[in-house]
Amino acid sequence: MAAPFSWIRPEPHGIHVVPADCWIDPSQPVANALVTHGHADHARGGHGRTMATAETLAIMELRYQTREGALPVAYGETIALPGGVKATFVPAGHVLGSAQIVLEHAGERVVVTGDYKRRPDPTCPPFECVPCDVLVTEATFGLPVFCHPPVEREIGKLLKARADHPDRCVLVGAYALGKAQRLIAELRRAGHDDPIWLHGAMERMCGLYEEFGVTLGDLRPVGDATKDELRGAIVICPPSALNDRWSRRLPDPIAAMASGWMCVRQRARQRMVELPLVISDHADWGELTATIEEVNPAESWITHGREEALLRWCQLHQRRARALALVGYGDEDD
Amino acid sequence: MIGFAALVDALVYTRSRNEKLRLIARYLQATPDPDRGWALAALTEGLSFSAVKGGTIRTLMAERVDPVLWALSRDFVGDTAETASLLWPQPETDAMPPPSVSEAVDLLSRMTRMTVMSELPRLLDRLDADGRYALIKLATGAMRVGVSARLAKTAFALAFAVDVEQVEEYWHALEPPYRELFAWAAEGAEPPDTSERPLFRPFMLAHALEDEVLDLADYVAEWKWDGVRVQAVHARGESRLYSRTGDDVTGAFPEVADALEIPAVLDGELLVRGNHQGGESGGAASFNALQQRLGRKTVPKAMLAEYPAFVRLYDVLILDGEDLRELPWEVRRARLEALMPRLPSDRFDLSPVIEADNFEHLAELRAGARDAAIEGLMLKRRDSPYVAGRKTGLWYKWKRDPLLVDCVLMYAQRGSGKRSSFYSDYTFGCWNGDPDEGAELLPVGKAYFGFTDEELRQLDRYVRNHTVNRFGPVRETDRSLVFEVAFDSVHASKRHKSGLAMRFPRISRIRWDKPAHEADRIETLRALIRD
Ligand SMILES: [Zn+2]
Ligand SMILES: [Zn+2]
Repeated sequence: MAAPFSWIRPEPHGIHVVPADCWIDPSQPVANALVTHGHADHARGGHGRTMATAETLAIMELRYQTREGALPVAYGETIALPGGVKATFVPAGHVLGSAQIVLEHAGERVVVTGDYKRRPDPTCPPFECVPCDVLVTEATFGLPVFCHPPVEREIGKLLKARADHPDRCVLVGAYALGKAQRLIAELRRAGHDDPIWLHGAMERMCGLYEEFGVTLGDLRPVGDATKDELRGAIVICPPSALNDRWSRRLPDPIAAMASGWMCVRQRARQRMVELPLVISDHADWGELTATIEEVNPAESWITHGREEALLRWCQLHQRRARALALVGYGDEDD
Repeated sequence: MIGFAALVDALVYTRSRNEKLRLIARYLQATPDPDRGWALAALTEGLSFSAVKGGTIRTLMAERVDPVLWALSRDFVGDTAETASLLWPQPETDAMPPPSVSEAVDLLSRMTRMTVMSELPRLLDRLDADGRYALIKLATGAMRVGVSARLAKTAFALAFAVDVEQVEEYWHALEPPYRELFAWAAEGAEPPDTSERPLFRPFMLAHALEDEVLDLADYVAEWKWDGVRVQAVHARGESRLYSRTGDDVTGAFPEVADALEIPAVLDGELLVRGNHQGGESGGAASFNALQQRLGRKTVPKAMLAEYPAFVRLYDVLILDGEDLRELPWEVRRARLEALMPRLPSDRFDLSPVIEADNFEHLAELRAGARDAAIEGLMLKRRDSPYVAGRKTGLWYKWKRDPLLVDCVLMYAQRGSGKRSSFYSDYTFGCWNGDPDEGAELLPVGKAYFGFTDEELRQLDRYVRNHTVNRFGPVRETDRSLVFEVAFDSVHASKRHKSGLAMRFPRISRIRWDKPAHEADRIETLRALIRD
């Protein structure tokens, strides 16, 4: 009998499912890829075949202009891979189409969470807990200082800033895939029905969300607006445009940023943010540790972020754990 | 404490000075006594609690958080107070409601080294992360939210529509939480009594002389000395020395303060004795010698001997209990001259009045003044009362012509406030040899003013098109643009790679026309060092 879990091997460029010759979120082109979600550091182009949810495949098509080799897998669907490996896609609650991938082989079960969060998100189905032997967990916010507040509180801060400054506009930097749409959906849920203005880089992704049934209300391109129309308005742009020359066309914008990093003052100040909004699409420290306890795996493999602290936590709680040195994952998707 | 924590956070993220003023003013208007007074004191770093030390927080955290998790977190966050505020464990039982600022101050001041380890946690338990951050900053006396004492006083004046110079004067008569100050400003009570105490009185300041020609029948001229403007005060057996900002600098210059033993408030320039010839009455060393003593809480004996300080007097505000500030300058000057024999001559001398036939003659005298201890000229209206702040037409400063040098732009950084989308802060350098023979540029200074909005836009475009490297908010340029840089003087400095430091550098012209290799060399600058 082979050593436990020898069929699944973390390599620098992804997780290799050996008997199936499949890679999970590979950072280089491969023959067979299983992709957890559409963020650029997980969903690269150029693979022979790409197995992912229909939503993730649509996002990849938007980015890479091709559907070649796309094989959609529905949530809850189990597919048989070569070498006697079964793969099931389960919601991860991260962004539209995001999935955990459950792999089964030789009586062993491994769950790769991809990026995930446990908070409700109106734009995607919630994370499902799957018992397993090995949990491969992300650790983007793997430090005990990260405790993301309820999203309602942050949306309240945004709406208050808007009300306090009727002559200015609030310019929110938000990642174009996921964060922007969740922010809009949460604003709508809080009763904000006014037009929300979008930077050009946001438009197509918002359109795609709507095609998949996520309603985002009255969205307008900021390029069409006059300066006066934008007074008292909320404008959403990619984080890179926040302090860019582009923002000079806006009426005295209040620079806001929706990101899990914003709970650290120095991070917010570095980005010249006046209104930090702690809104994250990743699990915070409490969610990461609670998930490990709830899934209760025999072993945790920690990847993608601040592995050290979560590794230490596992050690303090007598849990088997190891850190994977995967390359190519950034924190730019929060 | 909740409102105060919100104010602290808003100040952390706000870069605009006007917005900061507005935030503080609104807080002061909306918050009752004594909370607002304590908050004001905390913002101006006027609070300290003997039981709470820098290490207190670390010790508390070591009892609660795994050392490895603490170290990793502290490294990431970069600030002990903030890390502690985020890592503080939620209390298991319901804590008491959040304290007010005054309750927190009261509890903190009653803590001792014995009780702090049990009392401070109870206080932290009552707050959320933002509240804990504000409390720890307040308790350790290190607010650092970009609010100077002057800014806080200006905000106070704005909040209650009173004169900031009056605020300045009464402020120093009072202790936190400044109840009388609020009673006067917010409720129209009588102003606090400031006589009989060695208090700071706001300085009278000068406008820069632009192109005006003044009639010497109305104005008198004095040298403007390149030291530190100070106020020497004595009342009821106590002497103090205050800087321009009202900071007490007595500890750095005890021999000067001690030498004043008659009840008076005197205005003058603090200088250190040296070889430079400063006018007729005694020599003064340059500003660099003074730097050695500034900012010290106490001064070693050797330093007292090596850099003996004295005050060159300009004016007298109060003498023997009589407030002279309403009187004309000429009358005050006569009183000051009559006072001189009563003062020890090794610690006080008189800034002489300059004899000039007419304004042209004065301009010649100014042009000839290259003494390192002379910054330029002061012109004072003979009938001017001593009024706080800058009042048009009374006093003028006429600095000597600046020195000029051509430098090459090396780095640009984004500005703050309205300029935050522009590269508006510039670091420039001079060649350390012949640029055609492979010499390098060494940074010699930094400046962010001296140009119009249009020039700023041009420079911004230039920086973006000539970037060769980026380091966070800083861009390194390809070193092709020359600035004509004006400065007041240049000094040797071990802290800079170029070995020198400019005083008050500003960009006087952009030399779009000049090739970078024709910019000046370090040796040109070095020849201008005067100390
Ligand atoms: Zn992601
Ligand atoms: Zn990711």
